[in-house]
Amino acid sequence: MDDLLAARLQMATSLGFHIVFACIGMTMPVLMAFSEWKWIRTSEPVYLDLAKAWSKGVALFFAVGAVSGTVLSFELGLLFPGFMRHAGPIIGMPFSWEGTAFFIEAIALGVFLYGWDRLNKWVHWLSGVVVGVSGVLSGIFVVSANAWMNSPAGFSWENGEAMNIDPVAAMFNDAWFSQALHMTLAAFVATSFAVAGVHAFLLSKNPGNTFHRQAVKIALSFGAVSAFLQPISGDISAKDVAERQPAKLAALEVLYKTSKPADLIIGGIPNDKEQRVDYAIHVPGALSYLAHGDFGAEVTGLDKFPPDERPPVLITHLAFQLMVGIGTLLALAGFLFLVFSWRWKHNLSRRWWLLFIAFLTPLGFIAVEAGWTVTEVGRQPWIIYNVMKTKDAVSAMPGLQYSFYLISAVYLLLTGLLVWMMRRQIETVDHFYPSARNPKE
Amino acid sequence: MLQIIILILGVSFILYTILGGADFGAGIVETFAGKKGERIISKALAPVWEANHVWLILAIVILFTAFPLVYSTISVVLHIPLMIVLIGIVLRGSFFTFRHYDIGHSGTHKYYTAVFKVSSFITPVFLGVTLGAMILGKMDLVSTTGSFYEQYVQPWFNLFCLAMGLFSAFLFGYIASIFLIGETKSPIERERYLRLSRFFMLLTFVMSILVFVAAEFENHPLFDEFFSAPVSIAAFTGVLLLVPAIFYLLNHPIILFLRAAVSMQVALVIVGWFAIQYPVLLVEKNGNHLTFYNTTAPDATLFQLLIALFVGLLFVVPAFFFLFKVFKPGEDQHQVNH
Repeated sequence: MDDLLAARLQMATSLGFHIVFACIGMTMPVLMAFSEWKWIRTSEPVYLDLAKAWSKGVALFFAVGAVSGTVLSFELGLLFPGFMRHAGPIIGMPFSWEGTAFFIEAIALGVFLYGWDRLNKWVHWLSGVVVGVSGVLSGIFVVSANAWMNSPAGFSWENGEAMNIDPVAAMFNDAWFSQALHMTLAAFVATSFAVAGVHAFLLSKNPGNTFHRQAVKIALSFGAVSAFLQPISGDISAKDVAERQPAKLAALEVLYKTSKPADLIIGGIPNDKEQRVDYAIHVPGALSYLAHGDFGAEVTGLDKFPPDERPPVLITHLAFQLMVGIGTLLALAGFLFLVFSWRWKHNLSRRWWLLFIAFLTPLGFIAVEAGWTVTEVGRQPWIIYNVMKTKDAVSAMPGLQYSFYLISAVYLLLTGLLVWMMRRQIETVDHFYPSARNPKE
Repeated sequence: MLQIIILILGVSFILYTILGGADFGAGIVETFAGKKGERIISKALAPVWEANHVWLILAIVILFTAFPLVYSTISVVLHIPLMIVLIGIVLRGSFFTFRHYDIGHSGTHKYYTAVFKVSSFITPVFLGVTLGAMILGKMDLVSTTGSFYEQYVQPWFNLFCLAMGLFSAFLFGYIASIFLIGETKSPIERERYLRLSRFFMLLTFVMSILVFVAAEFENHPLFDEFFSAPVSIAAFTGVLLLVPAIFYLLNHPIILFLRAAVSMQVALVIVGWFAIQYPVLLVEKNGNHLTFYNTTAPDATLFQLLIALFVGLLFVVPAFFFLFKVFKPGEDQHQVNH
């Protein structure tokens, strides 16, 4: 394995691992605070039990998220020192804001998790809200730094050095808003559907259980609304990418040749050698419309870029299809839930519907991983788009693959343990929370 | 502007050494802390360790924003020890939380504890090794012809760095022992931590002498440098003067004073070292040292960083006080069995 590939794989593994915890850290505080708020308002013990039960899981995930985030802040340098040497002063600002937000998040989470019996309930509730807000903010700051890699701004590149640095312009680059919106919604979709899915499965096994029922309701309400909004945000992103990173758009849509109008390609397997897509569905003119809002518009293809500046097509395309497919499915599921909640109150008593929600459990996170694959692989060979290539940023130390093996082994172990521990937590939930016990038969 | 950033970087570093150090040290001390040790330590650490840990992230962010060349250079040359530090941080944080939150006391419990303890020791050792390598000056940033061993191993794999590593671990153990005195009300348990404090203080003292010896061994004139700079002599005197005060306090414990005294010692050690080092951050073999001044980011960056740090500290400092106030040590005896 060459060092560039090893470094990229290690970064991908570390990010792919951390992002799951980051999403949970952004979303769960909001769900917990919401449930606690319902408890304060209604005095129904089930809401308090839910908030407490969730907080046990969140403590586990948050810890792993915090330490795996630390790993990333070092790995940027350990793997791509050439990048950080120049990018540090330009995008240090969002990172320093992120540090602040994360600081507040960690402190507020400590208060929230361990302060149940020590604080006035509103103060306690407020600490949960602070965790949620600072979690979302820290996510937005990090994404803004990533957006800068896709849409570099706030400096001029002269003889291999960054000059005239303007950190504010760098942070508020052209891509920051569309990416931050898309990621924040994605975090809510993925986490909410995962939580709803687990509880739906348990509800299907314990019909009439209030605890799981309320859990599904709360989680799915958040999930449904964000899943419903996500396609809109996706459309904003697509138009943005079409404008700023035509090579990425061409790769994710497998547009080998510049076309006017351009077809939307659904599914299919890209064939780089023959420059065509096999087994795909073509929707005439639709790509022109999605990219530029006009069915007859010209869309730039890969042929406009020199071969060494084209991103890998196969991975980008498949990841994109996966993300969009799942996103569409979840948006539909969310829509159904909203309709059902309005017209068909008994929907959560139907086994098929609960099992369907349970089936959706991992999908949101798969879509998140696929989405990041599109963002990152679709930007290759660049690490800073049109400024610096990834191969010029990688560490000079040989043998990077051993770092990759090591970190992968550690993360694999942690993943296994976490899955196992969550199972144990779930199995014992009715032991700790009276409202999670099944009604007497 | 640059001076203020250096000051904040220094303060973050000191705070991480004290607070993060106490957390790491607790994992080291737990081995000697008897049957109740685990419970006392878990209860003391759980609400605060993540927040304490953020001081490290802050220091790293300041480093890569304001002094990017230092960050990217140590990332390459000290890849191996830093990677070990990272794995240590991940394992320690995760397994501490697993132990605290996993349901029941099944067979896995002792593995959580084992990983927690081992990584609590390994991580500070390699943090110290990394720091030692930055001081020692065996890094060659000019030649690229050296073997893998010369370029990526020798700068940190030597007696001095090892001594620095052990010194860090013992220092953390010392800080933790002192801090843990206040975390229990039981006289027997208190006596245990008082004893451990004396023990780790002695270990740290012996190890600090060995650091100087090892420096001579590696031809690094640390002793001469340290005892020719007025500031470091003053800091050294301060550390020594605090020793009888701490011994007195160990016999008549006043928690706040004890913690303040040991924190002061740590701060003085760092200030003393900083005084001989300033403005160099990374000592290079051929004299091409990386300093605060020759690696500085442009003013626009420093200015924005400063704003973020100021606003951040405005929120973080009161929040920290609130956190420590809510989880004031010694209270909460009634719900220890939580």
